[in-house]
Amino acid sequence: MLSYLTGRLLALIPVLLVVAVVLFLLVRSTPGDPARVLAGEDATPEQIKMLRRDMGLEGPLPAQFVRWLGRAVQGDLGRSLFNRLPVSRIIGQHVGPTLMLSTMAVTISLSIGLPLGIVSAVFRNSWMDQAGLALAMLGAAVPTFWLGLSLIVVFAVNLGWLPSSGFRSPTEDLRRSLTYLVLPAFTLGVPSSALIIRFVRSSLLDVIATDYVRTARAKGLGQRLVIFRHALRNALVPILTVIGLTVAALMGGAVVTETVFAIPGMGQLVVQSVLRRDYPVIQGVTLVVATSYVLINLGVDLLYFVVDPRVKY
Amino acid sequence: MATRSVEWDARAQATKRPSAGTLFLRMMRRRRIIGLGAVILLLVMAAAAAAPWLTPYNPLAPDVPARLQGPGPAHLFGTDDFGRDIFSRVLFGARLSLLVGTLVTVLATAGGVVIGLAAGANPRTDRVLMRIMDGLMAFPDIVLAIALMATLGPSVRNVIIALGFVYTPRVARVVRASVLVIINQEYVEAARAVGASRARIMTRHVLANSISPVIVQATFIAAYAMLGEAALSFLGVGVPPQIPTWGGIIASGQVYLRQAAWISVFPGAAIILSVLALNLLGDGLRDFLDPRLRYSS
Repeated sequence: MLSYLTGRLLALIPVLLVVAVVLFLLVRSTPGDPARVLAGEDATPEQIKMLRRDMGLEGPLPAQFVRWLGRAVQGDLGRSLFNRLPVSRIIGQHVGPTLMLSTMAVTISLSIGLPLGIVSAVFRNSWMDQAGLALAMLGAAVPTFWLGLSLIVVFAVNLGWLPSSGFRSPTEDLRRSLTYLVLPAFTLGVPSSALIIRFVRSSLLDVIATDYVRTARAKGLGQRLVIFRHALRNALVPILTVIGLTVAALMGGAVVTETVFAIPGMGQLVVQSVLRRDYPVIQGVTLVVATSYVLINLGVDLLYFVVDPRVKY
Repeated sequence: MATRSVEWDARAQATKRPSAGTLFLRMMRRRRIIGLGAVILLLVMAAAAAAPWLTPYNPLAPDVPARLQGPGPAHLFGTDDFGRDIFSRVLFGARLSLLVGTLVTVLATAGGVVIGLAAGANPRTDRVLMRIMDGLMAFPDIVLAIALMATLGPSVRNVIIALGFVYTPRVARVVRASVLVIINQEYVEAARAVGASRARIMTRHVLANSISPVIVQATFIAAYAMLGEAALSFLGVGVPPQIPTWGGIIASGQVYLRQAAWISVFPGAAIILSVLALNLLGDGLRDFLDPRLRYSS
């Protein structure tokens, strides 16, 4: 176990290194000299030179990369070109709403996806199965932002049940804060539940076809016991994989959803930074997102140990 | 009965390759969903190609007195805040969406095939290339695309480059996986034994036999690319707003959700329809081309 974990962690290094190189090169290949852009029109050559040193733009490219990476590893992601605040602090201010939104979205997609997937598999080829599959097909084709706008039209504009957009801090008023998150969380969660339905269905169908499930049925166990005690437990490993994929997909979807619902999270931050050409922030947010994406997937892999005692590495 | 048809199929395949047309017809008969996907897609393509003849309106021409009109006989899908006809804008948006979808798929498939072949053929290049692919896949698609667009700047060409880059690793993985299987097959060994060159083996034997998973993957990538373009344009970091795109039209309607939801509804429906068609096509092709499933029905 320990050696497996060490191996997995070591394998992350090249992946994260590639991530870092890509982001470093992306910002370096922007048109123009970032220091000159930042210094403004009437800066003296000395000022630009100082600024360039300040931003770590001196010396050959590999040296710049090492310096940048060294700082990034210590949490120093540079400063925003827009408001001169440290990027790490800006990210800190935006991470909360995104975490809340994703947690709610994962909860929603699991509470829709798991039961519907189980029902689809147990009542195979029934109308419920067909409906589940249709929902899954549709969920894969609907653009997140369009779903979000449609939900706003129906539930905020026409029915007036929920606020159409915005964010309220949970520390002030938790209830209010959650009502603001209902529509965005559904927007984000429903399409990924489509993926979960299909995966739960197919992995459960595989297990239901096995001998030990037939044995369980043959010895007279009830349907509920067979499905939950025997089948579902053994279908958990592939289901976990898809949950990991879902969480990862949510991080991408959050970018769009936060923009639709004006939620001040990481996604909105990255879009705004692109429009402002604030490269250090784009770089920092993307680095944090990619790193957490990789770590979440590792976490999911490690969960296999918990759900399946046969898994040995 | 089943075994007879298997034998028959095998013999038919051994004697001569069925023509593309025969294959297509057989495909249609066997898998209705491929047919459904193909028909919807062809309709979208036809609508995009015939756009100037299907609508009397210029998608760019403002007509202020007619602004924010609901769907009706004059304007099938209504008009936007400048009085522009949404139906024409959606039709012309289809052209752009299909163009981006096609070119991204071509780019990602070409890049992925080259990288996948190079990786599958040599363990040392494999290690390097696949680590790079893993690194690129560590980004959520849309996030990497946005970061690339930030550097490249908004334009149709750059959307295609960015999305092509983002989806290349997916194709590369698929190609590499099938190369690793195929390269150890006896017929590859036989080809090598009779003195076929490395390039010939890679193209005529390895690539030719890994083409089905690539086709399936390419179909899905076209779907992702259309969704990705729509998302980028919706966020305002993709295609510049003066060009009508589905994502851009939806974004322009966002302010008028209360008074004129139709601005955003129709382009959204167009996206759903096209992506659904591509997904149906991809699912059907996968079932059809997967040799384990081919004879099962």
